[in-house]
Amino acid sequence: MLLSDLLAQALNGLSYGVLLFLLSVGLTLIFGMLDVVNLAHGSFYMLGAYAGLATIAVTGNFWLALLAAPLAVGLVGALMERTVLRPLYRRPPLDQVLLTFGFIYVFEDVVKWIWGGSIRSIPPPDIFARSVNLFGGAFPSYRLFVIVFGLVVAVLLWLLIERTRLGAVIRAGVYDAEMTSGMGINIHRVFTGVFAFGAALGGLSGVIAGPIQSAQPPMGATILVPALIVVVVGGLGSLKGSLVGSLLIGQAEVWGKVWLPGVSMAMIYLVMAAVVLLRPQGLFGRPLK
Amino acid sequence: MRLSRRTFLTGASATVAGLAAGPWAGTGHAQGGPLKIGLVLPYSGVYQVLGESITQGMELVFAREGNKIAGREVQLIKEDDEMQPPVGLRKTDKLIESDKVDILTGPVHSGILMGMRDKVHNSKTILIVSNAGADAISRARCSKWIFRASFSNWQPCQPMGGWVAKNVAKDVFLTAPNYQAGKDMMNAFKETYVPAGGKIIGEEYPKLGETDYAPLLTKIRQSGAKAVFAFFSGTDAVNFVKQYDQFGLKGQVKLTGAGFLTEPDVLPAQGKAALGTITGHFYTPQLDNPVNKKFVADFKAKFAGKTPDGFACQGYDTAEVIVRAVKAMNGNTQDKDRLVAAIAKVEFDSPRGRFRFDPKTHNIIQPFIYVREVKEVAGGLDNVPIDKIANVADPGTGCTLPA
Repeated sequence: MLLSDLLAQALNGLSYGVLLFLLSVGLTLIFGMLDVVNLAHGSFYMLGAYAGLATIAVTGNFWLALLAAPLAVGLVGALMERTVLRPLYRRPPLDQVLLTFGFIYVFEDVVKWIWGGSIRSIPPPDIFARSVNLFGGAFPSYRLFVIVFGLVVAVLLWLLIERTRLGAVIRAGVYDAEMTSGMGINIHRVFTGVFAFGAALGGLSGVIAGPIQSAQPPMGATILVPALIVVVVGGLGSLKGSLVGSLLIGQAEVWGKVWLPGVSMAMIYLVMAAVVLLRPQGLFGRPLK
Repeated sequence: MRLSRRTFLTGASATVAGLAAGPWAGTGHAQGGPLKIGLVLPYSGVYQVLGESITQGMELVFAREGNKIAGREVQLIKEDDEMQPPVGLRKTDKLIESDKVDILTGPVHSGILMGMRDKVHNSKTILIVSNAGADAISRARCSKWIFRASFSNWQPCQPMGGWVAKNVAKDVFLTAPNYQAGKDMMNAFKETYVPAGGKIIGEEYPKLGETDYAPLLTKIRQSGAKAVFAFFSGTDAVNFVKQYDQFGLKGQVKLTGAGFLTEPDVLPAQGKAALGTITGHFYTPQLDNPVNKKFVADFKAKFAGKTPDGFACQGYDTAEVIVRAVKAMNGNTQDKDRLVAAIAKVEFDSPRGRFRFDPKTHNIIQPFIYVREVKEVAGGLDNVPIDKIANVADPGTGCTLPA
């Protein structure tokens, strides 16, 4: 195999990994801040894709969809947190898991009811509709855009959480909710905001993935497995872990497909098993209590 | 889509009403009682559009008959198999044992079909397969009680091997999802491709439900193959064909495959990425024969402008077989041996051509496998027939049905 062939595949792995990062970062953020495993995260991804499709149907503009869909899904997230999730914070985690699991079906049926069950797809924006020549072959320019976009999102998120006052409030809330509210901060509003933000990130990934993959109501359930794997490998609740975990899984997936196509699925699970055995808290997770 | 879904829901609720009435309606098969037809199909999940199309094709025929065959009311009992063998088998049990259906039809999933096989064989329930193509059902696992009005996986692919070798390229890369149907189809293709001087440059089986084909597409480009022969369906077909175009392969490596790759359930989502794709299939709404023209027009009128696909044609043919056989029996479905003989004798003009079963296997002899190319036509993209191969019968190796 030529060097350019290897580089072409490594680039495929990078683009897949960044997509995984966008998919899973909202999930890991919500877990890290609120201690809620939101199994309906895949549904936010699906809602984002459909909100994006609806926006494009009306305006014909991909960029508008990229803006409108996360806002709409964030709103859905805020509503969900305020109405059904908040009463469960004091209950055992399993109750939250069951609740968010149930919402997978609710959202799936709502989408099916509005848009029907057929397969749809989002066309890439015009300026990224072509491919460029890289490493001896064509590579979709849209995927290059996704790589850059995903890395920018990662940096912005890091700055937001580590370098702003808002980020400091969120981190304080996670560390000690009672003390933070004692300092005059409305911790409930912070939690709603974080959940809505995580949901919006899920919605964003739905639009971003649209031109690469297809949209169909059951997608919310199918995408959950890779997203959870990334979170487990990277470490529950760690932003850095989510990025490193995604890139690692992206490469594992691609090289599995290149060298051992028959068992490529096993590659990801092997990576996950190895991480869980050696570092149960994940690569960058907080040590288990 | 909205209207057609409403029609579908109405049908489904009618079924529920029928089910509720079940236990009191009398379970005897008294002549004149309803003709119970059990459908084991996916009505939810990724493949629900297939279940929907098959059901609609059947409903079109029964509606034409005024929902009565030989004086008996047609009662469709629809069960969602969720594309999961354990669920499909449980629903099969229910239809056979508590509903005591006269005729069973379905499934989409070959795994469910293989699981159903012994149940229907041992209980002597007549099953008319309306999709699942597992070759084995026409071969070593064939049964007197099982007919297939759809296709065997072998049928659309075997003729394509010779055709691709002659008309497209002698260096091909094969790819299909990693499960039985995928392997069946690729092996059928090789049967005629290799003897015609074709060379298999590479062969790969990604997992079912794959979302990113980039590594495979890069490999295909690097292999130097001149053409690809592929089988994917549903979201796999959309993702594969879209990404095939995005990675610049479309202009350089000719994409060919089994018909499911560009069926109407996936073609709108694929859009122009699918243009020029050549596939082999037993049906396309573009067929120029009177039965098909009427079928397409009636189907569109009944289901809110929806164009029928191959799945709808399978449903149509399944229902047509039932109508003709039950009429020939004057409504008597009790004498099962005679009913089987009546079904085996059914012959009619289907939208896909002259329909008849192979007495050796109880599998349909495909009147034609049409070689189709995706082109722009009035109203969007469609599979336009460019060539055809006549009378494609599964070899039926190992099937020992009494002729």
